[in-house]
Amino acid sequence: MKKPMKIAIASGKGGTGKTTLSTNLSALWAERRQVTLLDLDVEEPNSGLFLNGTLVKQETIEKFIPVWNPDPCRLCGKCQEVCEFNAVMKLGTEIMVFPELCHGCYACSDLCPNSALPMAARPMGELIHYRMGKLDFIEGRLAVGEEQAVPAIKRVKEYQKQELPDSELIIMDSPPGTSCPVIEAVKDVNFVILITEPTPFGLHDLKLAVETTRGLGKEMGIVINRDGIGDDGVERYCSDEGLRIVARIPQDRGMAKTYSAGKLIYLSHPVMKEELSRLIDFLEAL
Amino acid sequence: MKEIVVLSGKGGTGKTSLTASFALLAGSSAVVADCDVDASDMHLLLAPVAEREEMFYSGKEAVIDNEACISCNRCLEVCHFDAVETDGTLYEINSVNCEGCSYCERVCPVDAITMKPSLAGDWYVSKIRSGARMVHARLGIGAENSGKLVARVKNEAKDIASKDSKALVLVDGSPGIGCPVVSSLSGANYIVIVTEPTISGLHDLKRLRELIVKFRLPSGCIINKADLNSGYTDEIQKYLKHEKMDMLGTLPYDEKITSAMVQGKSILEEPYSDSETAGIIREIWQNIQFKLGLDGE
Repeated sequence: MKKPMKIAIASGKGGTGKTTLSTNLSALWAERRQVTLLDLDVEEPNSGLFLNGTLVKQETIEKFIPVWNPDPCRLCGKCQEVCEFNAVMKLGTEIMVFPELCHGCYACSDLCPNSALPMAARPMGELIHYRMGKLDFIEGRLAVGEEQAVPAIKRVKEYQKQELPDSELIIMDSPPGTSCPVIEAVKDVNFVILITEPTPFGLHDLKLAVETTRGLGKEMGIVINRDGIGDDGVERYCSDEGLRIVARIPQDRGMAKTYSAGKLIYLSHPVMKEELSRLIDFLEAL
Repeated sequence: MKEIVVLSGKGGTGKTSLTASFALLAGSSAVVADCDVDASDMHLLLAPVAEREEMFYSGKEAVIDNEACISCNRCLEVCHFDAVETDGTLYEINSVNCEGCSYCERVCPVDAITMKPSLAGDWYVSKIRSGARMVHARLGIGAENSGKLVARVKNEAKDIASKDSKALVLVDGSPGIGCPVVSSLSGANYIVIVTEPTISGLHDLKRLRELIVKFRLPSGCIINKADLNSGYTDEIQKYLKHEKMDMLGTLPYDEKITSAMVQGKSILEEPYSDSETAGIIREIWQNIQFKLGLDGE
């Protein structure tokens, strides 16, 4: 295995089993070696519900936004002119900043001729780091009402680099979809696991996810979850496209029930443990 | 005109399958909007036939002209998104990283950088088999601004509804609680949340509820796959009561929904139209119509 190995677990469609795979794979793999799991689905971080560990660190995730200082301001309007996101506006004799629209580019702050818009930290979420045996788990959690997931995702990845620079194996539970938060989560990994279900919805969103992953030039493998439901569309698509199916998790009401209660599935379902062990062997050989 | 937005927080709870069923029940009195532009799936059940197609440009992306560039590194210094890449002589914008803020363009002393509009996706106005119009979209791969495309789709659906005097706009929203979801909330009259009785379903329901409260919107909840874990179903019901949210109904874990999906249908259609699940969905829809004063229209 190439080191450090960074693996993203992603999917186009939500609810296909990203978190199930991330937590079960990480916990089982940590029986063999040191693993770091990042929950980058910061809008709805769920991995932590399935893992119990001891708290290592908890910190506020901040983003930097401009704050208006009326004293030096001459109301020239330059800030409004340079902002591409309508986040800074001159309204009468006041400059208004709309934090949720701000992308943090610093243009208004740096280009203000009178330094009237210094950048200041504003909380936008939380980062929580737990440890259980050989597994380090770091979760990013967007504050409700905050719209931009990307800065929170960046911070979690940065935290890992600062606090756990020697991690050799990093697994990232990515957000669903194909837009900016997914790109941020997946762009610097070595390998992408796309998890899907064998249904028309699963297939449609898998195609989008495959296109996205190819667009980023990443190697990938497919995991079919709830194998046995639906039809053979996903199977045919994978074989036509030369995509490797690296694991199959069978449809099983018992496993769904174990998940529903917040428990790791491989601990009580040998078939899950077998599939994951095979997947780990495959990934170790990369 | 009333606007109902269907959300779920967690993905995969059955939100789209249920919204498609409601769309068919609402018939031609509704305009349907698929605002899950990231992974839009409703068209697989409703088979919309496009009448109109538009491209959606949103945001900008920097381009560097290396002929004009004098390698002063100003762009590299001001970019907060690591979007400027160089080998020392040639400079290039990493389009994945570029946020379109134009800061580099503004500070380039020789005007070697231009901002070009970026194509964020396409959107369509179509007709579905109930006779209703449906507005849907396809977000470009890795595109930014999904929130703005959501707003575009929704506003188009509202325009059509008001022009054609339709009683209802029915919106299928995104999972999560970020920008596409916030964008789909504005102007809504009622939020329907589809959840499932799992630890993550409840966790995500609570976060979504917190967001909806900020917008002061009334909401109701459907518990799908309710028999999967009766303990969590009870807990969710208690939570709904405590939050004074409407309990709209519970649905069983029914693989017929998937079988219908494979045939490109909703569970309300043959051969599943007499199933228990189909009956409950009809009841839930009546319930929602009653809450919004839509029955009788």
